[in-house]
Amino acid sequence: MKFVKIDEKQWAEGIGKLKSGYRVFGPVKEGKDHEFRELTGDASPDMAFSNTRLSPKSVVYPQSEVMFEYTTDESRPDHHILKEPRRDDTPRAVIGIRPCDALSFLLVRRNFDSPEYKDPYWLRNYEATTFVGYGCNDPCATCFCTSAGSAPHDTQGLDALVVDRDGGYAAKAITEKGEALMKAAGWTDAMDEAEAEALFADRAAAAEKKITRQVATDKLAEKPSMDLYDAPFWEDVAFSCINCGTCTYLCPTCWCFDIQDECRGCEGVRTRNWDSCMAPLFTAHGSGHNPRGEKVQRVRQRFMHKLKYYVDKYGEGIQCVGCGRCVRSCPVNIDIRKVCDMMNAYDPEAANDCACPTT
Amino acid sequence: MTAPARQLDENRGDIMQNPYRPYPVRIDEIITETEDKNLKTFKFVFIDPEDEKRFAYLPGQFAELSVAGKGEIPIGIASSPTEKGFVKFTVNKVGLVSSHLHAMKAGDVMGIRGPLGHPYPWEALKGKNVVIIGGGFAFTTLRSSIIYMLEHRDQFGQINVIYGARTPGMLLYVDELKAWEARDDIGMHITVDGAKDPDWKYNVGFVPTITEQKAPPADENTYAIICGPPIMIKFTQPVLDKLGYGHDRIIMSLENRMKCGIGMCGRCNIGKDFVCKDGPVFTLAQLNGMPKEY
Amino acid sequence: MREYTDKIRQIARRLLEEGKVDRVIGFKKGSMPMMNEPCVIRRPQDADQLIWDGNCGINLANYLTGAKDKVGVVAKGCDSRNIVTHIIENKLDRDNVVVIGVPCQAMIDKRKIAAAVDGEISEVTETDDGKVVVRGNGFEKTFDRAETLQDNCAICVHRNPVICDEPVADPVPEQTDVDRYADIRAIDAMSDAERKAFFDDMFAECIRCYACRNACPLCYCPTCFVDESRPQWVGKGQDENDIRTFHFLRAYHCAGRCTDCGACERACPVGIKMRVLTRKLEKDCKELYGWEAGMSVDQRPPLDAYKPNDPDAFIK
Repeated sequence: MKFVKIDEKQWAEGIGKLKSGYRVFGPVKEGKDHEFRELTGDASPDMAFSNTRLSPKSVVYPQSEVMFEYTTDESRPDHHILKEPRRDDTPRAVIGIRPCDALSFLLVRRNFDSPEYKDPYWLRNYEATTFVGYGCNDPCATCFCTSAGSAPHDTQGLDALVVDRDGGYAAKAITEKGEALMKAAGWTDAMDEAEAEALFADRAAAAEKKITRQVATDKLAEKPSMDLYDAPFWEDVAFSCINCGTCTYLCPTCWCFDIQDECRGCEGVRTRNWDSCMAPLFTAHGSGHNPRGEKVQRVRQRFMHKLKYYVDKYGEGIQCVGCGRCVRSCPVNIDIRKVCDMMNAYDPEAANDCACPTT
Repeated sequence: MTAPARQLDENRGDIMQNPYRPYPVRIDEIITETEDKNLKTFKFVFIDPEDEKRFAYLPGQFAELSVAGKGEIPIGIASSPTEKGFVKFTVNKVGLVSSHLHAMKAGDVMGIRGPLGHPYPWEALKGKNVVIIGGGFAFTTLRSSIIYMLEHRDQFGQINVIYGARTPGMLLYVDELKAWEARDDIGMHITVDGAKDPDWKYNVGFVPTITEQKAPPADENTYAIICGPPIMIKFTQPVLDKLGYGHDRIIMSLENRMKCGIGMCGRCNIGKDFVCKDGPVFTLAQLNGMPKEY
Repeated sequence: MREYTDKIRQIARRLLEEGKVDRVIGFKKGSMPMMNEPCVIRRPQDADQLIWDGNCGINLANYLTGAKDKVGVVAKGCDSRNIVTHIIENKLDRDNVVVIGVPCQAMIDKRKIAAAVDGEISEVTETDDGKVVVRGNGFEKTFDRAETLQDNCAICVHRNPVICDEPVADPVPEQTDVDRYADIRAIDAMSDAERKAFFDDMFAECIRCYACRNACPLCYCPTCFVDESRPQWVGKGQDENDIRTFHFLRAYHCAGRCTDCGACERACPVGIKMRVLTRKLEKDCKELYGWEAGMSVDQRPPLDAYKPNDPDAFIK
């Protein structure tokens, strides 16, 4: 059973069935935008969305997560000893994740699952999750997934892929996890393989045609890192930036975090919270010295990390999936597509008279 | 199929793999090192003796000192792996956690997490001459290194130490400095910026000047390890250049703001490398090709 | 708008040519519909990058904090009031700034327009007769400009710059018949429980990115209170008390200073309407002290002035 068809009724029933074995997350319309939320009670995913406002990274990587609990009450024998809280490792299912967002988890995994260290929080959440993708038929004007290693119907990082079909959906199992989920949902109505292949291929081709903006990344790897670091365009790129960090909070591939202790009375927790390279505090030393104290240094760090350091470190392309969220939500219109093109085309020899590049 | 829910609390093996979990330790002794009382050395013993084995380290590595309710700070390990039964850290009072630490007392329980980062390149240093250049409170991992080398004295060539502080009262580990001074298998060149004490019998002068006078001549077999405040490093480097030290023979240890210590939280990077995981030890040759974001 | 753009370019070019300023801060065309990007122009020949339309909502006073060189700045009414506030608060020297004053015809709200159409917008044009034409894949929709305005612009009563060295056009008529505080009175009238529920709902989406703070020209503290570690005033997680504390305290910090430029709401990625907080304090300042922020460089704000004959006892 690789391909199945799912009519509207089976879809709704299936979502209901999944809730008995999984914590189910899906897109929900909140105000004018969609967000991924846990679907409790009768809630069902609203599949009429383009991109959610925030990325679904919080399903695996919550904005604030307790790492340890402890007591500072010295009358207790275990005082000041850190303990992991009891965790909810119930299987999770994300229904309707876009292929670009699904790819982001593979990119972020390289950080949290390194040869030397494993981040148990991220990894356990990730391993507990089944990703059911939803092929993208109408990419946004800001989307450039096809330049970032993904595509509207790409299957990297997915356990199953769902596409629109007359009267419902067609689904393809990609991994055993995906197959198990489809079984659990009762989506077992097999579909003729040739017909299904054609449907998936047509949908994918039609959607890909709608992506009009290409971003060049082919030369990033070969550029000397310090050439790009010292490039003259950073002042200009950074001028308008207000260092708000919206880009980093909305980005599916931004993973930086802070660790904080918080106590109420004697009961305390050590938590980790999303953090942002846009914040001066991120790198401020206790002495007051700050290696990235200037806005331009922080803006450069963000782009260099995504488009050069990551490229060099892993040799697997850029740390960006082309979802376009940062482009859409930046209050001052800093556009990673332009910056990426600029970096990719940068030639220090030709840049001498380049006081004001066409940013 | 997804993994079944696991009761991780009860599974010690799993917890041990949590790189964020500190080993519980008890403060055994606190020594005030300097006359301004801003530097204290903390001697810790592991509450679970097995943890001492797990905390196997080499000089140059650091650890996160972890105080429940306050947070963590990355501090270089001041003890040597050849010293058994305890680990030592010398902490400068700067921020929230270090100030709290300074107010703690022997017997208090806290945590240490590590060892983290790379040590000095001991394999490469085997059979070589080593000159250690330190300034101020950055002498901690250098103390570890000196003790380690003296314990394995036959594995190294000449050992020279140039160590400076503002005043005699600001020198760390004074008793040990004196003991090393009395030995004939290590060249000690202790210096202060100025001394009011008429009986001060060591050098007076800044570290770069003393380095120029006392450092052994450069050759393929001589390495310099430098640790100190930025101003000291800035003025010592030209001296080493003058003496002919190759930049791949100059070893430095960097500091940056850190949280995770394991290359995940993203803040201590210089270029693609993390000071915590890929450092904190770098050769000057490496640093020459990296952004100056430290 | 075309005349505005031409005039701004002309003035900027002249100021740079004559050496009256080292640089001019304005807007250049953005990479998406309804977005412009704040930019800096240093050479006369680059002045043609400057533009003006209904998408210049970012408050450019934010880029002037602490400027030591000679700067020309394109400023609409609210921006000019923040420039005045900067001067009063010693963040800017009046002699260092040349205000290129834009009588403002109000900014359009890209979220309102996006919510009013189905599908991706590819082009938005403003017509001379007060319409906004929105085009996208398979649709075209025309709005009255008045329906598309940012909330703060719709109730703005100071559209003309209050200080101006280089006027871009003749003043526009000010709005006189607007009720700036209808929603504030409604919140005032709520019971405690209703009001708490109102604020809980309002802050529920906050992701603590601090875009509101960073977009605000008033928020120039070297270290914001939320970033202080000794003492740490607020926690850094998603605790609702901490989130509330941030928003309330920030609003209080803007009391008597806020010009209702709307930069905070414009920047917020999750659409929090935090102007109800700043306008409540604006209303209080107006009612208690007859004060409106940033109207004159010659007057101290009521909250930083002390008079020995203050009628209130607590101050003595």
